[in-house]
Amino acid sequence: MIQLKKSFLGTVFDVLKYVMLTLASLIAVIPVAVCVFTAFKTEEEYTHGSVLELPKSFAYLENFKEAIVKANMLQCFLNTILVLIVVLVCSVFISAMLAYVLNRFTFPGRNMIESLFLFASLLPGIAMQVTIYQIMYSLGLINHLYGYMIVLMGTDIISIYLFLQFFENLPVSLDESATMDGCTYFGVFFRILFPLLKPAIMTTVVLKGVSVYNEYYASNLYLQRPELRTISTALYTFTGPYGSKYNYICAGVLITIIPLLVFFLIFQKQVYSGMAAGAVKG
Amino acid sequence: MWAWKSQSSKNLCGQEGKNNLLLDYNSVLQIPGGGKMNQQSVSGSSSFKQWFLKRDVQRVLVIVTFMAVPLLLLLMFTYIPFAKMIQFSFYNMKYIGERRFVGLANYRRVFQNKELFGSLLVSLYYMGGGVVQLALALLFASLFVFKVKGEAVFKAAMFFPYLICGIAIGFIFKFFYFHGYVLDTILQLFGWKLEDLPLWLQDTKINNVALAATSVWRYTGQNVILFLGAMMSVDSDLYEAAALDGCNRWQQFRYIILPSIKSIIVLNIILCVSGCLSAFEPPYVITNGSFGTATYFVQMNSVAHETQKVGLASAMAIVLLALIILCTIGQRLFFKYVFNNGTEDESKSAARARKKAEKAQKRKGARA
Repeated sequence: MIQLKKSFLGTVFDVLKYVMLTLASLIAVIPVAVCVFTAFKTEEEYTHGSVLELPKSFAYLENFKEAIVKANMLQCFLNTILVLIVVLVCSVFISAMLAYVLNRFTFPGRNMIESLFLFASLLPGIAMQVTIYQIMYSLGLINHLYGYMIVLMGTDIISIYLFLQFFENLPVSLDESATMDGCTYFGVFFRILFPLLKPAIMTTVVLKGVSVYNEYYASNLYLQRPELRTISTALYTFTGPYGSKYNYICAGVLITIIPLLVFFLIFQKQVYSGMAAGAVKG
Repeated sequence: MWAWKSQSSKNLCGQEGKNNLLLDYNSVLQIPGGGKMNQQSVSGSSSFKQWFLKRDVQRVLVIVTFMAVPLLLLLMFTYIPFAKMIQFSFYNMKYIGERRFVGLANYRRVFQNKELFGSLLVSLYYMGGGVVQLALALLFASLFVFKVKGEAVFKAAMFFPYLICGIAIGFIFKFFYFHGYVLDTILQLFGWKLEDLPLWLQDTKINNVALAATSVWRYTGQNVILFLGAMMSVDSDLYEAAALDGCNRWQQFRYIILPSIKSIIVLNIILCVSGCLSAFEPPYVITNGSFGTATYFVQMNSVAHETQKVGLASAMAIVLLALIILCTIGQRLFFKYVFNNGTEDESKSAARARKKAEKAQKRKGARA
C-alpha cells in the first residue's frame, strides 16, 4: 500500500517536473524563435501574416543582405574580432602575471594592492564612465580602436580573481624545484606555471570573450566613427532608419547571435564550468 | 629554502681556503646559484648578467615588471576616475570649458529633484524580479540534480539568453512587446482580446514589470548553472545514502542541497540588491527611459552625456556608490547575525544541540 502511494507521488512529481522544464524552456526560446521566423519573411509575409507563423521558406535571405550592407556589418565583424584577440591575449597575460606576483611573493604593500583591486570591483562601472570619458578625451584616445581596447583591459577584476584562486591551488613546490634547477623567476612563470594555468585561461577567455563580444556601452562612447563600430553598436544603428521594420532588425539580431550560438554549442561544457568558476569569487 | 641555500654557500665561501674538499663537493653537485655565488666571490667580478641573475635583484625585477601594467590600468581606469568623480561632484561643469565651484549644490539637487532620486524607486521592480529569478533558479537547479531526460537541451535553452548581447535583447523584446505582435498574439491564442491588452512598454502601470521580466528571462538560466555547480560539488554518495535511508525528495533538498548552497545564495542576494540599485540595461536599450521607466543610472547617463552636466552626474554616481556600500555592509551584517554568513553547515541551534549531546556522552563515559 505504502509502496503504491510512493510510486504514484513519484510519477506525479516526474510529470510536473517535465511540464515545468518544458514551459521554462519554451519561455526562454520563444522570443528568440519568433525573431528567427521573422528574419526569413518577405515584406509581404511580414506585414500581412501573423508573427507566430513560420516563413514560407528559410532560403529567403534578402533581409540578411540588406542588414549586412546597410549597417556595414562585415567591417564591424572585423573590428570586433581584432578587439577580441588583442583584449583576450593581453588580459590573460596581465591578470596571470599580477596574480603570480600577488600569490607567490611577499613584499611591503602587497595586501594593500590586493585590497585596492578588491575595492575596485565594488565601484559601479557605468558610473565611472563619466570621468573615464573625460580622461580618455584628454589623452586623445577617443575614436581609436586601441583606445577602446585599453578601456576593456582596464576594467578587468574578475579574471584577476580567477587567476589568484587558481594559483592558490598550484603547489609552491613546483616553483621551488624549478628554481633549484636554475630557473629564473621569469622562467618559473613562463615555462613552468603558465602552461599549467590552462583551465583558468580557458575560463577567462570564455567569460571575458562573451562580455567583450557583447559590450556596447563603452563602444558607443569611445568609437563614434561609423567605420570603427563593433558588432553590437552596429546593431544599435538599426534603431533609427528601420523603426518598426522588424524583418530587417531581426536579421541583424540573428547575425550577431549566430557566432555566439555556434561558440556555445561547441564549448558548452567550458562555458558552464567557466560560469560556475567565475561566480565563486566572493 | 633559498635562505638556507645561500647561507650554506656563504659558509662554503668562508671556508673556501681551509677546506678544499667541501668546495669541490659543491662544484661537483653544481648547485645553481650557490655555485654562481661561489664563483663571484672568488673572482670578484660582477658583470651585468650575474647581477641580473641574483635572486634579490630578480625578485624586485619580477615584482616591478609584472605589476606595472595592471597597476597603471587600475590607477587610470579606477582610482583616478574615482578621485576625479569626487572632485567634479563639487563643480558645475561640462566636459570642456570652464568649471565653477558650487560646493554641495549638486548633492542637494540629487536629493531634492524628484525625477532623479525618485528613479531609485524603479529599482524596486527589479528587486522583485531578482527575488523571482533566484527562486526560479533554485527550483530548476534542484530539478536538474535528479535525473532528467534531455537535460542538456533544457539547460542550453534556459542558459542561452544570458549570452545574447544587450542590444539584441533590446530589439528582441521591443518586438516581443510591440502592440499586436508576439506577446499579444500568444495571449490572443488563450482567449484575450487585443483591445483589452495594455501597451506593455508605454502603460506606466505595467511597463516596469515588463522590463524587469526581461532581466529575469536573461539571468535565470545563468543562476541555474551557478546553483547547479554548487549542488553538484556535493558528494553524490550523500544522495544515495539519503535515498537508502528513505529520505524523500523534499528532505533531500532541505537537508543536503540547501546547506551546500547556502553561501552562494547569500552571495547572490547581496549581489542582487546592488545590481538592482544600479539596474541599467533593460530600460536603456528597450525604452530609453521613457514613460517612467528610467532607473537611476539611465537618468545619470542622460545627465552626463546628453545634457553634459558632469558635476551633477558625478554627484549622482557618488550618492549611489554610498548607497550600495551601505546596503552591502548592512546585508553582510544581517546575514552574519542571522545565518552565520551562510558559511556554516549547521544552524546555531543544531550546533548547541550537538555540543550538549557531546557533553552528555562524555559524562556517561566518565561515569562508566
